[in-house]
Amino acid sequence: MPASALPSLTDLIRYLPEIILAVFGTLVMVLAPVARQRHNHVLGSIALAGLATAMAGAVYSGLTPGIAFGGMAVVDGFATFFRLLVFTVGILTVLASFHYMEREKVETGEYYALILFSIAGQSIMVTANELIMMFIGLETSSIATYILAGYLREDKRAIEAAVKYFLLGSFATAFLLYGIALIYGGTGSTNLMEIRQILSGGERMPSRLLVGASAALMFVGLAFKVSAAPFQIWTPDVYQGAPAPVTAFLSAGPKSAAFAIFLRIYMTSFAPITAAWEDIVWGSALLTMIIGNFAALTQTNVKRLLAYSSIAHAGYVMVALAAHSEVGTAAAMFYLAAYSFMNVGAFAVIGHFARKGERYVQVDDLAGLGTRHPGLAALLTIFLLSLIGIPLTGGFFGKFYIFRAALESKLIWLTILGLLNSAVAAYYYLRILVVMYMREPGEASEGLIPLTAGTRTALWASAAATLLLGIFPSLVLDFADSAAAMFQ
Amino acid sequence: MNLLNLVVALPAVGFVLLLFFPKDNHGAIRKASLAISLLIFVVSLGLTSGFSAPHTVFRFETDTVWISSPEIRYHVGLDGVSVWLVLLSTFLTPIGILVSWRHIDHHVKEFYAFLLLLEVGLVGVFAALDLFLFYVFWEVSLVPMYFLIGIWGHERRIYAAVKFFLFTMAGSVLMLAAIIYLYLQAKTFDYVLILDKLNSGELALTSAQSFYLFLAFFIAFAIKVPLFPLHTWLPDAHVEAPTAGSVMLASVMLKMGTYGLLRFCLPMFPTASREAAPWVVFLAIVGIIYGALVAMVQPNMKKLVAYSSVSHLGFVVLGIFSFNQFGMDGAVYQMLNHGISTGALFMLVGYMYERRHSLEIAAYGGVSTPAPNLAIVFMITTLASVGLPMLNNFVGEFLVLQGAALVNFKWAICAALGVILSAVYMLWLYQRAFFGPAPEEVQSHMYDLSPREWAAILPMIVMMVWLGTYTRPFLGAIGPANAVIRWTVESHLEYKVDRSSPAPLARVQEVPRAR
Repeated sequence: MPASALPSLTDLIRYLPEIILAVFGTLVMVLAPVARQRHNHVLGSIALAGLATAMAGAVYSGLTPGIAFGGMAVVDGFATFFRLLVFTVGILTVLASFHYMEREKVETGEYYALILFSIAGQSIMVTANELIMMFIGLETSSIATYILAGYLREDKRAIEAAVKYFLLGSFATAFLLYGIALIYGGTGSTNLMEIRQILSGGERMPSRLLVGASAALMFVGLAFKVSAAPFQIWTPDVYQGAPAPVTAFLSAGPKSAAFAIFLRIYMTSFAPITAAWEDIVWGSALLTMIIGNFAALTQTNVKRLLAYSSIAHAGYVMVALAAHSEVGTAAAMFYLAAYSFMNVGAFAVIGHFARKGERYVQVDDLAGLGTRHPGLAALLTIFLLSLIGIPLTGGFFGKFYIFRAALESKLIWLTILGLLNSAVAAYYYLRILVVMYMREPGEASEGLIPLTAGTRTALWASAAATLLLGIFPSLVLDFADSAAAMFQ
Repeated sequence: MNLLNLVVALPAVGFVLLLFFPKDNHGAIRKASLAISLLIFVVSLGLTSGFSAPHTVFRFETDTVWISSPEIRYHVGLDGVSVWLVLLSTFLTPIGILVSWRHIDHHVKEFYAFLLLLEVGLVGVFAALDLFLFYVFWEVSLVPMYFLIGIWGHERRIYAAVKFFLFTMAGSVLMLAAIIYLYLQAKTFDYVLILDKLNSGELALTSAQSFYLFLAFFIAFAIKVPLFPLHTWLPDAHVEAPTAGSVMLASVMLKMGTYGLLRFCLPMFPTASREAAPWVVFLAIVGIIYGALVAMVQPNMKKLVAYSSVSHLGFVVLGIFSFNQFGMDGAVYQMLNHGISTGALFMLVGYMYERRHSLEIAAYGGVSTPAPNLAIVFMITTLASVGLPMLNNFVGEFLVLQGAALVNFKWAICAALGVILSAVYMLWLYQRAFFGPAPEEVQSHMYDLSPREWAAILPMIVMMVWLGTYTRPFLGAIGPANAVIRWTVESHLEYKVDRSSPAPLARVQEVPRAR
């Protein structure tokens, strides 16, 4: 193939955000030795500029949707939605990291570069139109996050988190790769649409066993990445041990991207064999919600509590997946957007409050925050109310859309059990509110410095987005709706 | 601008305004919130006109799209029932602010801000005509009350606040599931449209569907009422809440449950409601007697009043599920009565607590000597609460008993027991607290009512007398609204009516079809 071996201009434009991120990531790395310790903000600002440019690039390339690189990648509404989402998560994370990195006195060059590379990986994932691209994106994103999880190399917990994450993570990716290999063996293609066509029946239909094994193996790999039960075991340890901004990032960015490919694979390639996997997703969704919520009830460490809560929230998104409908896909997209804002916000508050070396991460440490620092407490309250799912927050509408989709697909029991789960969940979020507002201030809330500009921007933006999604959800939902409609 | 929208929006505006007040200027915060809440009350008075004529449409309606897909509308409007509940909310908020004047001394700004936020939720719940909007306001009212109990309450406030929140939340998620399910069937959240579709047969629910939907709504409302045996959160919440919290909780928030039963359960699921009626009535009567008996043995005044609420609310549910004009009118009237008289009781108990710092009845005695005015006011409230003629509760209880008697005379007898018991526990409380020798602490601490306290309690006394003597303005609006609800219920029941229960005696004028 002579002419098409070189990418055309259209290809490059459609891949603009990834290119921008790679360039900026490299730039940060190159500049890192030059920039001295006190110029840390410079590197962070470059990362921010990179993300903002990538965002503009995503919007620009999203204006002319279509495939790129001979069908390897696709820029559709779905991809654009998730690109914008992961870039936003990236921006919030970088903003929340400025102060954190300064406080922990660590080199930031690689940190920001790794975040950019990880996001580039996620961007590749969400635009991938075939399995190998997905895998490349996933690995790019994952490897960067393994390092990020252990970035504080003096910290034992962080090291433990990183090792655990790396070992289990590579194991899970191997499952995914094995699944890809099997489906390639069966269908002779890695392209999602082609696989869909072949699986729709006809003479090229491979054996059911092969397809089933492939779907199951890929499910294992992906369920690990989104921390869905029964592959969620790593989540609490990693989220607890990783530096708070990284945890915020992990719980939103890679997770959203992993859900994006989850949705894309199961809604396109494996759509013809829905009957084979819907029960598994049903069970996994229920189990994820139950494990997440009930385990969170007894946690005393805020980061660990929020880790279990993020498992539970993955369960809600799995409910949307179990609904396997257009509405369900749109609901999952909306939910991931709402969830990203509230979760990044909550972790950013915790990261700020924890002080150097993350000393104060117990629930009880937050005692009296409402009295001593009403502003910070109010922000955390907004995020927690949204996590509970109180109306006028994004979390509420997310849950509402998900359970509407589930009921529309006649998943009545899953809906009822899911909603009851969210009532159980209210308990542990309320515990944080109780400690913040109804206990006497303790020593942990003393000597907390005011929010720095970066963190403040991240928190206010997340809170504003959480409320905005709760009052005018149509802004995002209409986008998600049209993106999901293209998908079928 | 539509007056009702103004009444919904003003507390929200007040809430936001208060957030900008300097934190330490307590005087200004109190005055500002009182002024705002009084303004809202004055504005809401304008809502009362025009409900006495038989009407089928809601007044002060606004109906615009809030969220386009799925279509969720900001649809609000009032009928002769909800208008009084809105007024009850706007009437009690300034009173709640007044009674907290000196009592609340920390986080003052947040306290008043939460009271105003609560008012948004309460007014919204009674005004909403879109099921989704109703749910939103329902949940919004939960958050400020949670904080009111949890931050400014007494010793076990955290336990009480969390219990309150979780009970309500557990019920309301089921309601949310039912609302979504109903939406998928009817393709709309709009209450009026759903009702139209049900009446015209365009939307036909199978009896199983309508039973489970009824059940989901019913559980959410029954927890809020609270109906026996789901009442256990109530005594805790009441005892631990600050005075204003108790007043708003007892007087208005409990009515969200009974209002929901009347507004949503009955018209939307008439057959299921009819079939469940014997069970519901049974629980209501058990609640009436059980609440009264438990109230009788309470050593704690607030707990006594709280259990008396369980008993009184049983009357309301009994009235609603008697399905006739008397019972339903009485139920709505009793909602208002209970709001006034129990609210006043909580205020008076709060006054006494501020002086003596104890809620134990045993800590009092002979209070009428040092505080004669307090004793008189308490006496009037007690008599109102036990249903003395010429005072408010008499009218409501009479109508409910009459309505119940028309359906099944035994119900009326059992419920009447509750009236007698209420006289026992209330008068006994009065005797122990106000008569007899006054101990030293009572002598020294129990000063008489201050002007501010008078200002807060006097409107309540006026309303007790007014509601007890001149019922026309209220019943004149309630009657036609209930007739519409009854018409909706009965129009579905052609094949059920001639079972055992005799036809209702009193038929109000024929009501034209809903629009």
